[in-house]
Amino acid sequence: MNRNNDVESIVIRIAGDSGDGIQLMGSQFAVSTALAGADFATFPDYPAEIRAPVGTTFGVSAYQINLGGGPITTAGDAPEVLVAFNPAALKVSLPMLDRGALVIVNNDTFTARNLAKAGYDNDPREDGTLNDYQVVTADISHLNLEAVKEFGLSKSEGGRCKNFYTLGMLLWMFDRELAPIEAWIQRHLGGKPTMRDANIKALHAGHAFAETAELSANLSQINLPQAEMEPGEYRSITGAEALALGLAAAGELADRSVMFCSYPITPASPLLHRLTNLAEMGVGTFQAEDEIAAIGAAIGASYGGMIGVTSSSGPGIALKTEAMGLAVSAELPLVIINWQRGGPSTGLPTKTEQSDLYQAVYGRNGDTPIPVLSASTSGECFEMAIEATRIALRHMTPVILLADGYLSNAAEPWRIPEISAIEPIASNPVPDSDESPQRRAFTRDAKSHGRAWVTPGMPGLMHRIGGLEKDVVSGHISYDPANHQRMTDLRAAKVDSVADFIDDQAIEQGPDSGDLVVVAWGSTYGPVYQATRRTGVSFIHLRHLNPLPRNLGQLLGRFDKVLVPEMNDGQLTTLLRDELCVEPVPFSKVTGQPFLIRELVGKIEAVRGEAS
Amino acid sequence: MSNKLTAKDFATSQEVRWCPGCGDYAILKAVQKALADAGADPANTAFVSGIGCAARFPYYVETYGFHTIHGRAPTIATGLKLANPDLDVWVVTGDGDSLSIGGNHLMHALRRNVGLKILLFNNEIYGLTKGQYSPTSRVGTKSPSSPKGSVDTPVSPGQVAMGCGAHFFARGVDTDKVGMSDVLKQAHAFVGTSFVEIFQNCIVYNEDVFANFTERKTAANTQLHLKHGEPMLFGENNDKGIRFNQDTWSLEVVDATESPDEVLVHDEGNAVVARLLIDLHLPVAMGVIYRQPAVSFEDAFYAHHPTRMKRTKSIADFIKGPSSWTVE
Repeated sequence: MNRNNDVESIVIRIAGDSGDGIQLMGSQFAVSTALAGADFATFPDYPAEIRAPVGTTFGVSAYQINLGGGPITTAGDAPEVLVAFNPAALKVSLPMLDRGALVIVNNDTFTARNLAKAGYDNDPREDGTLNDYQVVTADISHLNLEAVKEFGLSKSEGGRCKNFYTLGMLLWMFDRELAPIEAWIQRHLGGKPTMRDANIKALHAGHAFAETAELSANLSQINLPQAEMEPGEYRSITGAEALALGLAAAGELADRSVMFCSYPITPASPLLHRLTNLAEMGVGTFQAEDEIAAIGAAIGASYGGMIGVTSSSGPGIALKTEAMGLAVSAELPLVIINWQRGGPSTGLPTKTEQSDLYQAVYGRNGDTPIPVLSASTSGECFEMAIEATRIALRHMTPVILLADGYLSNAAEPWRIPEISAIEPIASNPVPDSDESPQRRAFTRDAKSHGRAWVTPGMPGLMHRIGGLEKDVVSGHISYDPANHQRMTDLRAAKVDSVADFIDDQAIEQGPDSGDLVVVAWGSTYGPVYQATRRTGVSFIHLRHLNPLPRNLGQLLGRFDKVLVPEMNDGQLTTLLRDELCVEPVPFSKVTGQPFLIRELVGKIEAVRGEAS
Repeated sequence: MSNKLTAKDFATSQEVRWCPGCGDYAILKAVQKALADAGADPANTAFVSGIGCAARFPYYVETYGFHTIHGRAPTIATGLKLANPDLDVWVVTGDGDSLSIGGNHLMHALRRNVGLKILLFNNEIYGLTKGQYSPTSRVGTKSPSSPKGSVDTPVSPGQVAMGCGAHFFARGVDTDKVGMSDVLKQAHAFVGTSFVEIFQNCIVYNEDVFANFTERKTAANTQLHLKHGEPMLFGENNDKGIRFNQDTWSLEVVDATESPDEVLVHDEGNAVVARLLIDLHLPVAMGVIYRQPAVSFEDAFYAHHPTRMKRTKSIADFIKGPSSWTVE
């Protein structure tokens, strides 16, 4: 894949009918040299016919813009974003895109007639044609005309403003400023005040629409180590898809049904949508009335013998906190997925962040430890869903899996795993004994401390569970002080024992000792990988955050300095200091944008400079 | 099962820890009896509760039991019922648990018509936290948190149920064995959410708050026991009836011996009359006030999960997605 290597530059292709005013706009962009830093280049691509028939593939007119922050010399290769104003434009442009590209489709033009003209037998929005892409559909023509209604333009004049309406949407989605584009409109349409004002209005209206609709875009994970692609069969996958498939696979590996219970929230909802299609794989979805009900129903499903799963983003996870404590106390398995976004409070719903690590590791009342995992890439969401389920069932505990808004939508090439090669997930058996059912339900495995999974419906095993402290042996309610100490110790030992079952921490790349190691977690994997490769420093990427791998302290001790880049205000830094008594150098970025490779390289070089 | 179980078979080894004289004891006995009468299988029965005095209930019933967190019992019960629709799932809750902190979940369980039997122990007070006024407390209730009398308008459990689109609403009095037995039997048999308000006497913090209609001596004159298809009669000799006043659009008491034709016949499916019956005071309406059968949530859910959550395809058949390619 030959792409711009920095997320700051985005190649956008806008395609539609000749009559859509696309070349006018494109050429006007092209002649403009006044914009600061020459920060875009365009590539017109239009039909030979002056007036090609409307809606046909040979009548498609397009131009490409490279919206970049630095010097741009070409219009880019494969567009990362396609705006298709009609089916023909989609048909012509789709082959140019790499998998995972963002495709914005104007719904208003997808009529039966236009589909036929473009040569589509079925609606590509519905028949799976767009499965490999991130798709945003909007009634752009209609919304745009509404936005510019006040200017009294003809339908065709008004319709031409949709270029800027769409550009407004894109500027929101990619965090670009409106001001330069608005200034450009001022200069170039100054002679036609009505058109000028209408286009500015459309630009702002598109921007506002994208904000209100919480549209977000995450381009492919272009920083992943492409060179190391192992042979095998690949597909394109987003984090939400991979997690959905991972949960279904976990159900199959455990021979249990999966009940997914959630409440809609940005950016977690794509997982819910994906899972609704997996009923044949034993997956049920329940949209609850709120976040608390979602986790409550998931706990109820786990109590009933299914794999209960809930998912949300930080604010929703906060609401679920009390119920997590119940699952810890009742010793029930549960998978909790947090698609992190910028906080605090409502914060930045569409922007990515890694700032819920404290919440996951420390954020509950009482001494209530919960294992915490994180997914590094979209594809890794698959295996981490299985790992989270495996831990939940083995230790009979809720498990938190941290993903983030970036992973939810970002697509990457993914090597399709061999399901039969994955170790099945075992449930703790009910002990065959003469003890009371209550005691049998709380018989724990010596190594994992996981109890037997006894579920209503099993004959002769009626017992009671709950959130009150219970006797460590009998499982009955107990207020005994010494017993509470033992139960607290047991809950800590249980979570700690997860580390006995996981692999030692490996060094992702670089030497196994030296002056500097970069330690990261989650979706910063791609840029950190590239930055450490370029600078030759060592890189450790964590997937188990609580408990940490047993050898991590010893591993970090081989380096003079530990640099921790993360998209928060230093949360992993605190955790490492707390758990391992190391003193890392924090490197925070909380702009809602992923790290850039050059930012990381700069920081690595600066820290190395201090070290030497 | 070879031998029919008795109420005693539904008692656990756990010491019951409610205050002596609490109305909960009578309800516990009534439920244990109802389970035995219905031939319930203890292994296929689960009691789920939230927090409060009533929420202790599952510890005392020899079935599966889950004592959860404040207000959330309907959510956990919903998940359980979806996971295993064959279970008999009961929710035991109080007025604070279900109508204050858990109001949202009660509302959604009712509107979805999840197959749960929800028993609301209404004592118009917070017992476990030592006597604060509750969402059903009458205006002016003096309590540790309202020494000058509460000012909030109380909520009516029955009207909440009707407003949420409930399909089954019934009432009983904790100590009324006969009435409770019938109401629990009907609630148990209903497919969907059966919501039962039980007037429960808290002898420590709100004693006799319902005495004006629960006193045994006067109950015949203060309670209207409804039976579907039968005239709404009450009084020691069934000499009083309920009729509809077309001028005021309300129910009123009529002398049944003088105007027998004016006495309404109870129609459980009539939502308008149900709302009037819920608000009726002296007599207070008891028994099944409203019942309107409808598809249960779990049945509707499984209609969309036709394999009944059983795996009919392997993930291996699905994982490749719409298109894939090979790297050599």
